[in-house]
Amino acid sequence: MDIQLKRGLLDVCVLAAIKNQDSYGYQIIKDMKPYLELSESTLYTILKRLETGRMLTVRSVEHEGRLRKYYHITEQGRNRIGEFREDWKEIQAIYQFITREDAGDEQN
Amino acid sequence: MNRTEFSENLKKRLAGLPQADLEERVSFYDEMICDRMEDGMTEEEAVASVGSIESIAAQVTSEIPLTRLVRARVKPKKKPNGWVIALLILGFPLWFSLLIAAFAILVSLLITVWAVIISLFAVDFALAVCAVAMPFAMFGFFSAGNPAGAFFALGAGCICAGLAIPFFFGCVWIARAVLRLTGKMILGIKASFVGKEDS
Repeated sequence: MDIQLKRGLLDVCVLAAIKNQDSYGYQIIKDMKPYLELSESTLYTILKRLETGRMLTVRSVEHEGRLRKYYHITEQGRNRIGEFREDWKEIQAIYQFITREDAGDEQN
Repeated sequence: MNRTEFSENLKKRLAGLPQADLEERVSFYDEMICDRMEDGMTEEEAVASVGSIESIAAQVTSEIPLTRLVRARVKPKKKPNGWVIALLILGFPLWFSLLIAAFAILVSLLITVWAVIISLFAVDFALAVCAVAMPFAMFGFFSAGNPAGAFFALGAGCICAGLAIPFFFGCVWIARAVLRLTGKMILGIKASFVGKEDS
């Protein structure tokens, strides 16, 4: 997929990965893998950006004698997903426009 | 490379970043490696799959703002003692003027480069104006009963148009190249802050 297009989706994807239950870095990568290949560095940047934007909160939980960071979606984060749903309607309208039949060409 | 080596190498490579940033990033990758090992990978595989230290460093460098790097560098690690403070104050006329001079040189370099680009565009604009104006001049010559002058005007107009169009694309190309170069320069300055500290 086009990189520019993908970039806009990444933030929402990460939020979607934690919307049902809190999750940690590797789990997020695994959950997203079938849809979007995501590198660790990219994920870090996204998580940081979402945290700064108050879309998620972070807490450290002890796991097997080490600390693991869990990410929790905030109300603002859920709103962001809602916004995406609204955007999606517009994108679909654009899609229809792009893929409409070239009726004009045939007539000429 | 095992897990501890990876963390240590990464820490060395990212030295120069603000301390809190550095710790957080290194522990983020460490957690990733641990989770992968728990998932059944060997230590080697887990380390290899989080990516090379160089590619991580390159991405970090391109993302972090220059101002933060400078602040991290300028912030003293130990409390400065009296001598250092005294030297800083006494040396103020010297280091401050040097700093201003360096900054002024950088700015004047930028201005010079962009002045050249603007003048190139101005030349192109002048050529385009000529290309448009010459046909009018041609009619002027005709009505004045001077066909030779009219042909001259037509020819000159064609030449101007022929020059202006490719010249415009050349100008755009140069402006883009300078922008790219400026971006690279900033990246280079940032890279010089990251990882060049002895550790």
